[in-house]
Amino acid sequence: MPSPVLEVRGLKKHFAVRRGLFGREGASVKAVDGVDFAIQPGETLGLIGESGCGKTTTSKLILLQEGPTAGSILFEGRDIAGLAGAELMAYRRAVQVVFQDPFSSLSPRMRVRDIIAEPLEIHTDLARSAIDERVGEVLELVGLAPDVAPLFPHEFSGGQRQRVAIARALATDTRLIVLDEPVSALDVSVRAQIINQLEHLQRTLGVSYLFIGHDLATVAHISHRIAVMYLGKIVETADSDTLCARPMHPYTKALFAAALPSHPGDRTESGAIVGEIPSPLNLPTGCRFHPRCPSAMPTCSQVEPALQYRDGAGLVACHLY
Amino acid sequence: MAPVLEVSGLQTHFFTFGGARVVKAVDGVSFSLGDGETLGLVGESGSGKTTTCLSIVGLLPRAARIVGGRVLFEGEDLTRMSQGELRRVRGRRIAVILQDPMASLNPLFTIFRQVAEPAFFHQQMRGRTLRARVQHLLKAVRIPSPEWRMRDYPHQMSGGMRQRIVGAIALAGGPKLVIADEPTTNLDVTIQAQYLDLLKDIQRETGVALIFVTHNLGIVAKMCDRVAVMYAGKIIEQAAVQELFDDPKHPYTRALLGSVPKLGSKEPLYSIPGQPPNPASLPPGCPFHPRCREALPRCASADPPDFHLGDGRVARCWLLDDAVARS
Repeated sequence: MPSPVLEVRGLKKHFAVRRGLFGREGASVKAVDGVDFAIQPGETLGLIGESGCGKTTTSKLILLQEGPTAGSILFEGRDIAGLAGAELMAYRRAVQVVFQDPFSSLSPRMRVRDIIAEPLEIHTDLARSAIDERVGEVLELVGLAPDVAPLFPHEFSGGQRQRVAIARALATDTRLIVLDEPVSALDVSVRAQIINQLEHLQRTLGVSYLFIGHDLATVAHISHRIAVMYLGKIVETADSDTLCARPMHPYTKALFAAALPSHPGDRTESGAIVGEIPSPLNLPTGCRFHPRCPSAMPTCSQVEPALQYRDGAGLVACHLY
Repeated sequence: MAPVLEVSGLQTHFFTFGGARVVKAVDGVSFSLGDGETLGLVGESGSGKTTTCLSIVGLLPRAARIVGGRVLFEGEDLTRMSQGELRRVRGRRIAVILQDPMASLNPLFTIFRQVAEPAFFHQQMRGRTLRARVQHLLKAVRIPSPEWRMRDYPHQMSGGMRQRIVGAIALAGGPKLVIADEPTTNLDVTIQAQYLDLLKDIQRETGVALIFVTHNLGIVAKMCDRVAVMYAGKIIEQAAVQELFDDPKHPYTRALLGSVPKLGSKEPLYSIPGQPPNPASLPPGCPFHPRCREALPRCASADPPDFHLGDGRVARCWLLDDAVARS
């Protein structure tokens, strides 16, 4: 087995919440609380969960926008925490990001050419003509004509803007792209274009994706493996197909029950779980899901379950197994 | 049985630059809705689905005007009513639920005051009866301990609870028709499922008719009895939900259904080329023809009429013309 592009070990990020006039150190929000996963070359890992589950914080840690409280992130076997200078630049070249909203992630004052060229100007010493050539290349890769380079973002539709954002992410020798809900802000008829384009790019370039989303069907479609997060922890990981065929954790099952049918014949009556996501400031004891879990047992409120191998493949953290 | 709502040939245009520029946001929309029925109004941004709803309740922005058609609600034409008369219809017999619950609740007033308003205004309830009514409504939308929570302000509630409170306000006047414009887009998936189940339960209990405006075909599959698919200001296909999913007649409907990922299937998605058209500059002929993979030469020059296919099925596409089918 090849070594993973990115490996996350015991990753934690706690945000201190200061209360009162003198900022006494109070409770902390455990946004990410012990997360492990690995992404192989050319693989898509889907990270799924509801708001507040820590998926965006995880992506910020990978992108070095936040420093972890504990744990480590290994890129091609090296801990990124200690990177500096040329090595840090090399990491930033190799790991890129595409955000949800292409209307706010592209500067309205920059031409498409400059948006895509910016990482090249920072990271390479290519001549201007070579940069222009590379900009044309990546524009073609994402299905845009090279002659759109002199235009401004407002001259594009949402789907085209998202293509520009993907082109920018591909401009350097990218190994991993963090895709933070890249199709949620797009029109329905345009989403399939972007998903197909991403899949095509992966096949031709061998780039890895960390695909963050909340829509089960979309994440399951594009991902090879899926990690389900709930309140800062991964509760289940498995191959996309295995997870869809046999979800094991009650929360994963709840997500599937809440997923909308793709045909009126598949309507199910009220599989919805009760309650809302608890505040991350005041986490439940034991298993974090137990207050909403339909199959909770007495031990669930006392002992936190550890991730263990589930039958088939993957991992699950639940006392039922 | 007479329908609760009958919209026929509705045309709503936006007039900008002093009338120099006309945008036909809604251009000849017809549908009807029976008691306790749920209609899904599906479309992408700019297709005119929200403008259609705002036209029904007379809440159009100033630049927009209804220039044709009728909106018959329980036999009365709403387009001919004055704003004063409409005020007595809105909130009592027709209620609207909008997308963003934070924007539809006033942050400065308590939940009690906002939920009580329709009953106070329309039914002249006061004092203890009003309190009992509000508690009953909050209980109906499953707000825990309503007698306490009604003293809270919107910011003290979670997103799902706020949207349920907007639902309680909508039900306060005992409406015959509720128009829900993308009510769950801001909610998490498990909360969305709870909310949709709640709406279904309420509909079963009260027999209210629902118009569900959405771009999400999954919501349509879960909630609706009938579907109207909008594109560029027109309804391009209308059918019972089962028929529409089993046998879509319009190429746009087929393309939309093919472009949505299905759980447990890794089949490549059909990607519809191009973008939804700008309603200010529509292509000639059928507005979908530049993106349609089944387009005929005639589609570029002539807009197809409605083809009636029986059982209330309607589709606007030249492929359904008998002359085409025979040749």
